[in-house]
Amino acid sequence: MSLIRFFKTIFMIDFLTGLIMAIKEIFKPKKTINYPFEKGSISPRARGEHALRRYPNGEERCIACKLCEAVCPAQAITIESSEREDGSRKTTRYDIDMLKCIYCGLCEQSCPVDAIVQGPNFEFATETREELYYNKEKLLENGDRWENILAANINADSSHR
Amino acid sequence: MAELFIFFDQIYRILFLLIPVLVSVAMIVWLDRRVWAFVQKRRGPNVVGPFGLFQTLADALKYIFKEIIIPASSNKVIFILAPIVTMTLALIAWAVIPFSETFVLADINVGILYLFAVSSLGVYGIIMGGWASNSKYPFLGAIRSAAQMVSYEVSIGVIIINVLLCVGSLNLSDIVLAQKDLWFVIPLFPMFIIFFISALAETNRPPFDLPEAEAELVAGYQTEYSGMMYAMFWLGEYANILLMCAMGSILFFGGWLSPIDLFPFNVIPAPVWLILKILFLFILFALIKAIVPRYRYDQLMKLGWKIFLPFSLIYVVLTASFLMYFDLLPGN
Repeated sequence: MSLIRFFKTIFMIDFLTGLIMAIKEIFKPKKTINYPFEKGSISPRARGEHALRRYPNGEERCIACKLCEAVCPAQAITIESSEREDGSRKTTRYDIDMLKCIYCGLCEQSCPVDAIVQGPNFEFATETREELYYNKEKLLENGDRWENILAANINADSSHR
Repeated sequence: MAELFIFFDQIYRILFLLIPVLVSVAMIVWLDRRVWAFVQKRRGPNVVGPFGLFQTLADALKYIFKEIIIPASSNKVIFILAPIVTMTLALIAWAVIPFSETFVLADINVGILYLFAVSSLGVYGIIMGGWASNSKYPFLGAIRSAAQMVSYEVSIGVIIINVLLCVGSLNLSDIVLAQKDLWFVIPLFPMFIIFFISALAETNRPPFDLPEAEAELVAGYQTEYSGMMYAMFWLGEYANILLMCAMGSILFFGGWLSPIDLFPFNVIPAPVWLILKILFLFILFALIKAIVPRYRYDQLMKLGWKIFLPFSLIYVVLTASFLMYFDLLPGN
């Protein structure tokens, strides 16, 4: 042990340096946010709660191609479809088990008509498991509620697609 | 009738001491978490009540409603007794702490000995908890804790001898009054440092929190505890820390005495000074928790037995010779 090291140990120089640094850190601005009252910024690509979108005239975008169902690695999506009176193919059932979902975003990427998207909402905790088995009504309602933000996000990210 | 009056008078005085101590334990937990968070540039608990002051009360309420799980293979009587012992021992020591010249619950002549004895007994709560759990990690934690607390008590004892040499009395009020001219932290500064570090080890605080090293031992002796029993361990631990801070401020910082006997300082009531000194020491405890890494077990033992004990023993000889040579021995 060198002499300098010895005196540093005896007088606890390293420890005191640390203590002074800690006291200085106390007065610096905080790096964390007051979460429920203020929130951090979210990327347009954020993969949060799912939503089914509509065209501006109110028509559902989904054409029941079942690409999302096929690509889903967790097999969380269940789709049943039939022909409507006007001859177009539409879903009769579109269920997502949000507990199985791994939020990978493949459904959003595979969708040819930007129908199923993942929005910026990540605060959809519930009190029971059953409430997280989303059906078509719930997803469409989500789409209606978040449409402005969803459209803006898709637009913002369109140059990278 | 007169006996009854004395009985209720004593009960009243005990409650008058105990309730503020318990409230301040709750506040001190909040302060600890807050200082820890601030050093790491976090915000810490700030939601419940003003500045999050009632966070601990909310936590305690949560613990009350939680289920107490008693392991099937545990020794049930000792398992239940352990947190009670920890909590009780942490609280009864406050009986001898003098808050001012007149305000002390039990002004006994062997105050410091009583304090030392009670804080030594504190290890029993931990050993009982660890042993009665009948499980690996609590047992290892309890063994570590026993070895650690016993080792560091030895050096605390020798440090107390240093102070007693300068005072000539075991009474805590006398110890405080002996520091009227000069706080012992100045002549006995190295002893204060060793006392402080030993107090960290004695109360199982970082960097000596080996008994509950979460990376190795889950939660040490507390692993099998839940609900209110866990909360009692937790509160007992903080009451012990507060007690060590009080002991440090009485032994080295002149207890309730004001730093200078001048106008703006000596009108402030005596208990306030003691509380301020305790707070100062506690904030140091909290800062150290935030900045130091945990000691390895052999380093801990080496520090206790090979460095602190010989050093404080040599200092006893030095203090004694100094007092003898300059004829400063108390009572002369």
